[in-house]
Amino acid sequence: MPKDVAVIGVGQSYFVRGYEGSIRELAFEAYREAAQDAGITSKDVDASIICSAPEYDKQRSPAGVIAEYLGLIPQPTMYVETVCSSSTTGVRIAYGLIKSGLHDIVAVIGFQKMSEITSAESQERMGRGADIQWESPFGTMMPAYYALYAQAYMAKNGLTLDDLMQVRIKSATYGQINERAVYRRPVTPEDFDPNNPNAKLAQIVSWPLRVGDACANADGSSCVILASAEKAKAISKKPVWILGIGAASESVNMASRPDFSKGLRVAYIAAQKAYKMAGITPKDVKVAEVHDCFTIAEIMAYEALGFAPPGEGKQLIRERATYKEGPIPVNVDGGLLSKGHPIGATGGSQIRTIVLQLRGEAGAMQVPGEPDIGLVHNIGGVGLYGNVIIFGR
Amino acid sequence: MGFEKFGRKSFTSATKIAKFVDFLNEGKIMGTLCKKCGARYFPPRADCANCFSSDMDWFEMPKKGKLETFTVAYYAPYGFEMDCPYGMGVVDYGNNLKLFARISKGLKLEELKNDMEVTVKPVRYEDGQIAFEITKE
Repeated sequence: MPKDVAVIGVGQSYFVRGYEGSIRELAFEAYREAAQDAGITSKDVDASIICSAPEYDKQRSPAGVIAEYLGLIPQPTMYVETVCSSSTTGVRIAYGLIKSGLHDIVAVIGFQKMSEITSAESQERMGRGADIQWESPFGTMMPAYYALYAQAYMAKNGLTLDDLMQVRIKSATYGQINERAVYRRPVTPEDFDPNNPNAKLAQIVSWPLRVGDACANADGSSCVILASAEKAKAISKKPVWILGIGAASESVNMASRPDFSKGLRVAYIAAQKAYKMAGITPKDVKVAEVHDCFTIAEIMAYEALGFAPPGEGKQLIRERATYKEGPIPVNVDGGLLSKGHPIGATGGSQIRTIVLQLRGEAGAMQVPGEPDIGLVHNIGGVGLYGNVIIFGR
Repeated sequence: MGFEKFGRKSFTSATKIAKFVDFLNEGKIMGTLCKKCGARYFPPRADCANCFSSDMDWFEMPKKGKLETFTVAYYAPYGFEMDCPYGMGVVDYGNNLKLFARISKGLKLEELKNDMEVTVKPVRYEDGQIAFEITKE
């Protein structure tokens, strides 16, 4: 079990609709919290990695602007992008920079200010994160792509719309107790009742997925500060180690995807690599953050991560196994569904949640039993990119 | 004719396989076949990632395939609102050959079933755009 690179500081802004500030100010909120958490100043940071999905930014090449505002010049900075998994990819790059000995302390800052464009514009731009030559011309969008997976998966595995609703209800349970979440309201079965004209969550976006199956757009930022073993031991009272780090990519075009009823291949591959590197099995994971951009994505993640056998992900939600008190708590911070999904900030926010859980500092969201191993599953695009990272004390 | 004619709205004008649109105008849906190693591609490609050859032939896609999965979008991204609702799906022809397209308006959600036999045909829009769509016959 390698202990070469540690997380020594984490930070996150409030995830909100309509952030009243610029992207550099948004990034500052997360970075300041992480630097103070680590007990360092900007002079101690050897390099910064800035992550977002550029579709939303008016600012071209945001790394320079943000590094300057955070006080991170003249150190090297760079921009890293893999759509929704940008900031875990940033952490992957940081891991390599530290492990190679090139740098000792690297700050990974993810941000997104989504609210400056409409939801339809946002869908069109995110749709162009897919294949613009062969698929966008049909009018594709993220919900439709995940709906293709949902339809095939549900038909084959007996997963129901009620099961999907239960995933949303679970996320809302924790969104209510996460003061940084954008969606703080509870969700009940009445909210999904198709016969209730006021049930907005019941409206179909792309069959079989409803409004309530989709995550909430948000503005937000996150920051993860990583350090070499030597620095981490010197600086940090509670370093959280990266034990395993796996990544994979997939064909952008749906025509080249394997069996849709089996979920996202990138997640399986990334998970296998991360487990192998960490030398652990899925049973060793005590708390996890998975990329629930849609309810179906959480069910598919249960299987890709080995928490449930293929086709049996539904049992975990039916048995409440992924609630805080269950054997494998998942997304007890509200997940993307309730905490919100500011694209470039999401992975870093997931890592923050896991780090706080492993330190025993997650407050009302704290999983019982002093978890020692946690996992982050962060997906870019419709399973185009996948990162799985395993953390330990 | 260039590739800007492909789809309800194209985001690509120049591509080495723009001839795909000419074939579509003739009623044919074509993929490419690497002359050197025999790899088959749909959507068509100008270059073979398997053997690095750029010497490609065109081949016509099979007439019949199975509907692997589908959705109906009741909400459209910017620029596609006029068509809502519209179906989209993936056709599996076997032998690692699949196709993604819209589903014909003539095929209702209630009629769609996994693994049902479908065919794919060119479709013309009133503004001169051309694409292909999944139909029952």
